[in-house]
Amino acid sequence: MTDHAPRLRFTSRRYRWLAVLPTVGLLGGIPFVDPTSPTLFGFPPLLVWIVAWAPTTSAIMGLILVLDRRHDK
Amino acid sequence: MNPALVLIALSFALALGLGVFARLGKTMNLEQWSLGGRGFGAIFVFVLMAGEIYTTFTFLGASGWAYSKGGPALYILCTGTITYSMSYFLLPIIWRYAKSRALVSQADFFIAKYESRSLGVLVALVSVVAIVPYLVLQLTGLGIFVSEASYGTITPRAAILTGSAGLVAYVVVSGIRGAAWTAAVKDVMILVVAVGVGVYLPLHYYGGYGAMFAAIEEAKPGFFALPSSGMSVSWLISTVVLTSLGFYMWPHTFGTVYAASDERVFRKNAVALPLYQLVLLFVFLAGFAAALQVPGLIGAQADLSLLRVSKLAFSPWVVGVIGGAGVLTALVPGSMLLLTASTILAQNVYRELVPTANDRRVALVARACVPLVALVAVGLTLRGGAAIVPLLLMGYSLVTQLFPALILSLGARPRATAAGAFAGILSGELTVAYLTISGSTLSTLLPHAPQFVKDLNVGLVAMLVNVVVLTGVSALTRPVPKRTLAPLS
Repeated sequence: MTDHAPRLRFTSRRYRWLAVLPTVGLLGGIPFVDPTSPTLFGFPPLLVWIVAWAPTTSAIMGLILVLDRRHDK
Repeated sequence: MNPALVLIALSFALALGLGVFARLGKTMNLEQWSLGGRGFGAIFVFVLMAGEIYTTFTFLGASGWAYSKGGPALYILCTGTITYSMSYFLLPIIWRYAKSRALVSQADFFIAKYESRSLGVLVALVSVVAIVPYLVLQLTGLGIFVSEASYGTITPRAAILTGSAGLVAYVVVSGIRGAAWTAAVKDVMILVVAVGVGVYLPLHYYGGYGAMFAAIEEAKPGFFALPSSGMSVSWLISTVVLTSLGFYMWPHTFGTVYAASDERVFRKNAVALPLYQLVLLFVFLAGFAAALQVPGLIGAQADLSLLRVSKLAFSPWVVGVIGGAGVLTALVPGSMLLLTASTILAQNVYRELVPTANDRRVALVARACVPLVALVAVGLTLRGGAAIVPLLLMGYSLVTQLFPALILSLGARPRATAAGAFAGILSGELTVAYLTISGSTLSTLLPHAPQFVKDLNVGLVAMLVNVVVLTGVSALTRPVPKRTLAPLS
């Protein structure tokens, strides 16, 4: 399959799959957030989990943007 | 004279002035009026998108939910994070097609993709029916902001009438450019107000954030977690999935996509917006702070919590700034909603009825529709009460039903037929209407199901009906063609 040209082109954009991380990670993690776990500076665990995904998502999308720009050159 | 009143009046005058000034040097055909000539760069698209998202309802509603419900309110942040990550891929595709076909409204997209005018009329009707309650909510929010922040000097009724008159004036004159300029000012004000209030109130009343959470947790154990039934984990996940699908289906948000000058704008925004939405975190903090300070606001009254606690904590000058920011949060989305509904009525209803009308005439009709739509919304606002919130939720569910037909149309050729899309959307909408009017939830529909099923958002039922009908009718109305897989990049 590696010698198939269109497939190769797709493979080179494989990093775009990183974009599913926010959805899968954020929602998938919610059932496992333990409300009694120790908290960060007294912030509730659910709040910490959900808020932490905002900068993480910005970073992931930023990475994809940078890789896309490199790819399009 | 009350200083708060002065600041509210100044904000309103500023919005009106900017709105009218924005027109200078432009001739206004429909494309200019409704889409700014498709020339908006990253900043304008950013503030418009943010302006449509952070409405009075988010501001009052998000703090109200934080105040009354605690943990479940955080679903709003989940929806934002997920939606923006998808927007990186979705919006450029929509923009490219809209530009190549010179589309003006969301309904145009469906007409062009499915080559069906009747589908366009259906989508146009859904759009307008969903927009009106949303507009009503902005006006209601405007009334609350002004009457609370003016310490009751201005009645909600007076605020709504004055606000709507100003709104109509600058939308008719400047179209989307008026909204864009106001949105830029509004975003700065909201940022300052939200961060200021969210940082200050917990420190002022509790001496710190950890102390605030500890005090509330002690008074209301489990307040910041999801309950085991009702607004549970399965409620949150299903609600976030549905609201994420519906997010860009709002006709005014969809229309803003067309206004961008190029597709790189959306990629930059997809990076910035997940972080930027954390403005809402500060709104939540203010709502949490209010929970023990102004107790006893129940039901729709919870939406007043942010303003009530601010009035306790701040001088009238600060309250005036909050009120002024509130006025702008109502005017920006209000003007986009008004603009979009009027564009749709002219482009997809009037033009359909009078096919001989030229572009000039359609542009004229669009502007004539502005005061009419505003009048309907004002009438409903002044008459309505608590019945509005379910209407907005129904509006959200209505636009979400457009998602399957839209996503299937994004390839080179739609993967559903026009008849399939039409039947799917219609059956989905009828299901939404039935579920809303009968007040059904999954726990009334399936009383013996396990708890996690009962807590699922009932909107999933309508989505399921939609997809099944769409697939079935599409299969019947077209022999299955041999399909080659479209390249993914």
